[in-house]
Amino acid sequence: MSDDVLAIEGLTVQLPAWSDRKHAVSNVSLTIGKKEIVCVVGESGSGKSIMGKAILGLLPKPHVRATGGRIMFEGRDLISLPDEEMRRLRGGRIAMIFQEPMTALNPLMKVGRQIDEVLEIHTELPPAARKARVLELIADVHLPEPERIISSYPHQLSGGQRQRIVIAMALALEPAIIIADEPTTALDVTTQAQILHLLRELQRAHGTSILFITHDFGVVAEIADRVAVMRHGEIVETGSADAVLSNPQADYTKALIAAVPGLKPRSRDAEQVQPLLVVRDLEKTYVTSSGFSGSTRRVKAVNGVSLELRRQSSLALVGESGSGKSTIARCIVGLEAIDRGEIVLDGTRISGLTRDQMRPYRRDIQMVFQDPFASLNPRQRVGDIIAIGPMIQGVDRAQALAEARELLTLVGLKSEAADRYPHEFSGGQRQRIGIARALAVKPKLIVADEPVSALDVSVQKQVLDLLNDLRQRFGLSLLFITHDLRVAATVCEEIAIMQRGEIVEYGATANIFHDPQHPYTRTLLDAVPGKEWIDSLGR
Amino acid sequence: MKSFWHRFLSNPRVAIGGFWLFSVVFIAVFADLLAPRDPFEIVGVPFSRPGGELLLGTDSLGRDVMAGLIHGARTTLLIAVLSTLAALAFGTAVGAVAGYYGGLVDDVLMRTTEFFQTIPSFLFAIVLIAILSPSALNLVIAISVVSWPPITRVVRAEVLSVKSREFVQAAVVAGQRDSAILLTQVLPNTLSPLIVTGSLLVATAILVESALSFLGLGAPNQMSWGFMIGAGRSFLRDAWWLVTLPGLVILLTVLSINLIGEGLNDALNPRLADL
Repeated sequence: MSDDVLAIEGLTVQLPAWSDRKHAVSNVSLTIGKKEIVCVVGESGSGKSIMGKAILGLLPKPHVRATGGRIMFEGRDLISLPDEEMRRLRGGRIAMIFQEPMTALNPLMKVGRQIDEVLEIHTELPPAARKARVLELIADVHLPEPERIISSYPHQLSGGQRQRIVIAMALALEPAIIIADEPTTALDVTTQAQILHLLRELQRAHGTSILFITHDFGVVAEIADRVAVMRHGEIVETGSADAVLSNPQADYTKALIAAVPGLKPRSRDAEQVQPLLVVRDLEKTYVTSSGFSGSTRRVKAVNGVSLELRRQSSLALVGESGSGKSTIARCIVGLEAIDRGEIVLDGTRISGLTRDQMRPYRRDIQMVFQDPFASLNPRQRVGDIIAIGPMIQGVDRAQALAEARELLTLVGLKSEAADRYPHEFSGGQRQRIGIARALAVKPKLIVADEPVSALDVSVQKQVLDLLNDLRQRFGLSLLFITHDLRVAATVCEEIAIMQRGEIVEYGATANIFHDPQHPYTRTLLDAVPGKEWIDSLGR
Repeated sequence: MKSFWHRFLSNPRVAIGGFWLFSVVFIAVFADLLAPRDPFEIVGVPFSRPGGELLLGTDSLGRDVMAGLIHGARTTLLIAVLSTLAALAFGTAVGAVAGYYGGLVDDVLMRTTEFFQTIPSFLFAIVLIAILSPSALNLVIAISVVSWPPITRVVRAEVLSVKSREFVQAAVVAGQRDSAILLTQVLPNTLSPLIVTGSLLVATAILVESALSFLGLGAPNQMSWGFMIGAGRSFLRDAWWLVTLPGLVILLTVLSINLIGEGLNDALNPRLADL
């Protein structure tokens, strides 16, 4: 097609010799038309980000380099372009939006100046005209009070606002194409919905093409015109978004789509007498004192939260970051002391206990952590990591290690995994190890703090299925902390929606989905990426 | 990703440094076999040039320079390694406690550390030896007292970053005690920078020991490289080998330890080395 903005032809990117595969991207061809949003979907390690970097000439040379193919843009091959010309294109005709807006912005420079710098480098505009253009861009990305925003530093803005600034920078020179690498993955669901909406709107207004890299089919449904599904560095399927989403051809695409959590709520069982966990009027305030001035800053993280968790059931705490949901989890497992209220586990008050007094109750309550890469000690063998809980409770080492091996098979790993170190496992496998560790003391309650938010969607599904299966098998109760309503709906019978340290809505998942009362709940529901498409799948 | 040992041993700088250091260690261990006589014994005419009857000549009193170098290797290495180990143990303990407990404990320990850091270390070592009287043990004490503060700072910084990781919280949730968490979860993860700092500290300790011996504050009745330079310095123009040879040996040994330390650093942090 003549109106292709960018044409990738047989691109091959070689990985260094010691990697586990030879090519990050092998023989990939893809075109992006004018005013088109093309989504590249794949799991981590599929080569989708490397492809984006290859287009921008940002491959980590000399170990990773393009060895074959062409990337044609405005009549020139980007791979053979000299560095100097590439630099002029980058930010000018080709712009980029990164995943983490905090690291993409210079923390020591006011954001207005950072946008201004782009204009200063690439255009001949006088300062006054540049200032006008910066304000215009800020208004374009719908940030309030442009004058105040331009004189703010990145840390004074929220994640969503920062990403809007990055988008404004990308748009500054009216590029022909924007490469967006997982631009909403680090954001809350509601912010994600706003950013996706904004990108769509700006893309229409400016006639820009976008290459959008993501792992979430929900996001694809929300934004894409065309889709390319990548796996192991190859494209397994391309087609229009409608066609791929409603009628996927490749098995891999089908599997990825099946992994998107549905929106069908779980129903709850009959009433019970005594709940397993009761939290009453919980309050927690963080006090930080700043340096020499001695002035203190108080942040009320949790404000008068009460909730009950029945035996063998599960409750999801849903909210954005900063809503206090993780703080509640940390208070319940005793990682934080509470300021007011009480936490009662199985009839025993566990709040206010010292760590020594708390130790016997550790066998009833365990935690699964968010980041599978940070939550396992890299210097301990997997077996020792799992066996530590039982050993503290007095089980002897040999038996604890034998049980650890059994647990590993239970969570879908081989029992030989016990002799290996965490770095030999993938994110999903590590999270299984984390779950095995929590199960090792045979607890009644597991508190899971965003256990799948660091995982790819397809791996997410496997881990959620595992949690579900184990729950039924062991009669566990689950307190599930998440920012994702889709995940909450698949796992939990009850949902508590949190905002600014308070529970704004609390009830059975089905009721919340069918008849949300609080406006914030409705916002969250509307923000679910690809909601209509998921509904159309009937899940 | 290649293994640590492969990355470490295939580094040419490590090979060069390792070869020299291994030779020195070998000589130090078997000093009594390689040069069975007392290095202080007079074996020939004073100031006989190298290449004659004795391979490296004799000094102003007719003592064998070769035997001095061989026995000096033993003294110098022993004092350097022991003082480094002592400094590592003490510095790690202080840094780990300060970093892990934070707050008031941290303040008190780190202010004390800074107090030691503000005293010029070599002068402090001289003062210590002057107070304690020169002996091999006191050399070890003096050198370790002036070299633990940097270790403390390294360990504290590492502990601060490791203790906020989720696996430490997981250990708390599992019910592990603070002392066990510190020993089994936190400290093993601070090893890489510790090994690198420690290996470089050996080089510094050799220099301090040589300098003290040069000033006549070294272990009495024990031959050491610094002592040989000190004894030969007044004859520099007449007998160049008395100062040059031990100086060269110190230079090469310190250089080889630095090469190995750098190699360790590259091998333990492969991502930094690649850039």
